[in-house]
Amino acid sequence: MFSFLIRRVLQAGLVLLIVGFVAFSMFNFVGDPIDNMLGTERTQADIDRLRAQLGLDQTFVVQYWKFLANAVDGNLGVSYRQGRPVAEIIAERAPATLELATVSALFAVGVGVLLGIYTAIRRDGLVSHIIMSVSLIGVSLPTFLIGILLIYLFSVELDWLPSFGRGEVTDLGGWTTGFLTSSGLKALILPGITLGLFQMTLIMRLVRSEMLEVLRQDYIRFARARGLSEKAINFRHALKNTLVPVITVTGLQLGSIIAFAIITESVFQWPGVGLLFINAVQFVDIPVMAAYLMLISVMFVTINLIVDILYVAIDPRLRS
Amino acid sequence: MTLLHIKDLTVEYPSRHGVFKAVSGVNLTVEPGEIHGLVGESGAGKSTIGAAIMGLLERPGHISGGTIAFKSKMINGLDATAMQGLRGKQISMIFQDPLTSLNPLLTVGEQLIETISLHLGLSRDAARQRATELLDRVGIPDPALRLRQYPHQFSGGMRQRVVIALALCSEPDVIFADEPTTALDVAVQAQILDLIKDLAQERQVGVILVTHDMGVIADTTDRVTVMYRGKVVESGTTAQVMSAPNHKYTKSLIAAVPRPKIKLKRFSQISYGGRDTRFAIEDIARNWNRVETLLDRPLLRVKHLEKKFPIAKSIFPGRSTYLTAVDGISFDIMPGEVFGVVGESGSGKSTIARLISGLYPLDKGEVEFAGQIVSDPRKSEAVAQFRRDIQMIFQDPYSSLNPRLRVLDIIAEPIRHHKILNGAALTKRVHELLEQVGLGAAAAAKFPHEFSGGQRQRISIARALATQPRFLICDEPTSALDVSIQAQILNILKDLQEHLGLTMLFISHDLPVVRQMCDRVAVMQKGRLLELQDTETLFANPQTDYTKELLTLMPHLEGLSDEGLEI
Repeated sequence: MFSFLIRRVLQAGLVLLIVGFVAFSMFNFVGDPIDNMLGTERTQADIDRLRAQLGLDQTFVVQYWKFLANAVDGNLGVSYRQGRPVAEIIAERAPATLELATVSALFAVGVGVLLGIYTAIRRDGLVSHIIMSVSLIGVSLPTFLIGILLIYLFSVELDWLPSFGRGEVTDLGGWTTGFLTSSGLKALILPGITLGLFQMTLIMRLVRSEMLEVLRQDYIRFARARGLSEKAINFRHALKNTLVPVITVTGLQLGSIIAFAIITESVFQWPGVGLLFINAVQFVDIPVMAAYLMLISVMFVTINLIVDILYVAIDPRLRS
Repeated sequence: MTLLHIKDLTVEYPSRHGVFKAVSGVNLTVEPGEIHGLVGESGAGKSTIGAAIMGLLERPGHISGGTIAFKSKMINGLDATAMQGLRGKQISMIFQDPLTSLNPLLTVGEQLIETISLHLGLSRDAARQRATELLDRVGIPDPALRLRQYPHQFSGGMRQRVVIALALCSEPDVIFADEPTTALDVAVQAQILDLIKDLAQERQVGVILVTHDMGVIADTTDRVTVMYRGKVVESGTTAQVMSAPNHKYTKSLIAAVPRPKIKLKRFSQISYGGRDTRFAIEDIARNWNRVETLLDRPLLRVKHLEKKFPIAKSIFPGRSTYLTAVDGISFDIMPGEVFGVVGESGSGKSTIARLISGLYPLDKGEVEFAGQIVSDPRKSEAVAQFRRDIQMIFQDPYSSLNPRLRVLDIIAEPIRHHKILNGAALTKRVHELLEQVGLGAAAAAKFPHEFSGGQRQRISIARALATQPRFLICDEPTSALDVSIQAQILNILKDLQEHLGLTMLFISHDLPVVRQMCDRVAVMQKGRLLELQDTETLFANPQTDYTKELLTLMPHLEGLSDEGLEI
């Protein structure tokens, strides 16, 4: 168990190192920031001075080493566009994205698992058939379209929920949260559903098919032959066995909820890191892009590490 | 008082192609303390009777006629709640495969305690106490510790004991045991059957023991009912049915049982029900253009084979632990010989087959075939020729054929690989092979799932013969088959050996089968070769204690009818 954990952590470190290299390479290969930062009336002296200031005059290896050392220190460089430290900008924006991601992940997992179990147990019921058909629509509609439809229905026509922004936020020492005000909570609903809908249908379909598979197993038949109640069979015996494959996919999906929040954030003008990234791309703001890349990969790697640990927690066969 | 009385039971499965009667007009009774055997081949409807008793028939199956009475009370047609009160509480069930009948994610204790508190209404502590007693009763040492362990930490036999303990939780009156020992080793099988016998006597439990193994029936049951295609063909006391069977089907079943005591020339096949048993060995022999020339030297020599498997990996190679599956084994096999390897599961029998055929790389040792070293992958020419000369028949006819390929492609694959034939000649060759193994050329266009277990094993044989090999490795080729089908397949293998002079490595845990098939036998235990003898010498005069023990565990089959045997 311990050696397994160490191995996984080492692997995670390697992945981060490679991503760091890719992120760093952007500095050298994605255009020249000097062009963007200085106007057309620059002199060679200006260029040299800025180059030295940004450390771009040093060799590749030295630059890479400095980049890594700084990144570990939490210093992700200075945004070319805003002239402020990238770490500060991201810290400002991250709460918005993380809160949105949390809400949609809870929505996706909670509703997805429940509907999955329901449609598996009542396999031939009318409600199950309706849920399954509707879920197909959820999978096939693109995120931005769902967002726009929801805005049209709930903001424009019914005027129940806000169509953009985070509403009122409370500042908790550097972390701005929308969970504490009613307008903040209201503002989370539509983007939360938009972002989580696809994952929700995916998880639901996965739980359903896994559950159907598990219900066919001998140990379920044996449990039934021992006279156990349907409740004990479905929730105690079947559900836990369903979880192992579900967790894998769910873990990967949660990562993509954060990574692909960009579209939802654009549709809802959500002031998160996704929107920040889009703006950075438009301006070739390489430090921001590199930091975003690193941030996402750290999240993916962490989530996968947690998934691996959860596996071991759920399945005793992996412990020995 | 009769515990269970089944009268004129009929179970139907309606489908688009009409109604399928899985069970029709079956009568069966179980008295307290009696073990009633239910025998027949797969698909005869044995398990369906169990599902019908338990009220667990899979939809759309249903009881369309007859009655099931438990202690003189009708129980078919009870509503779901009443049935659930009966199920497990008064009638318990034991399933065939102990590896799949326990929930892998809950400890054995959790599963036992859950069931005990449900049925006996005990507190958690009292239920735990009871669970410990039950594990002790079914012969699991150290029960208090074992309660905290998960199913995967138990061996197959121990798991089946846990399953029996679970079935006993509620102190039932009737146990329906569905092939409880089929998946187990001989030694473990004997222990489990003894346990069931003890329970029946001690607690006056009535047992229905479903099996396709006549040995189990003969040694364990008091009464026996023989089923064929959903109908009872014969029923009576075990002694009477075994020694003087009336029905032709029963006779065919008994005649097909491999005898432990005498060596027969061939397995007798009293065919019943018009099944196709044709195997055109003369045809094959006529087209066989390889004659075994080498006669005085061993065809296969195996020297100091060794193979380890890692069981716990560590980042430091020195700290990983290994299981030595094959530990320094050497033997020679002469041309035309059938060389048997016996031993219980985990003894390394199958690993040897895989090492010789090159499916596993060797850790140490050497394999020599027809004078050439073939265990060295650098000698690619010798290895390629060897691969053509050696073919394998596997145990499980279901997983050893690719379900996505047509039979034509399955059999053609080795021919294509070794570039022996192609185009129309290849198709013609495959059709011939299928005709010869008794399946007919039309089988080429079908997929494996359209065939029964025995037919699939014939496809495997056709595939193995496709390259005209000199050496066949048969790894438990019949242990997944019904006894009458087993007799057919074993006769085919005998024919191949006699008419084509094929040399065989025959791996089995079934000693009576080995006695009928092999010239010499190697006994293996824990990766080591304990004893190597001529078959008859080994059976008459075993040298090691382990071999003696294995021989005493064989089914005795005293008093079996001799009708139709070719001695």
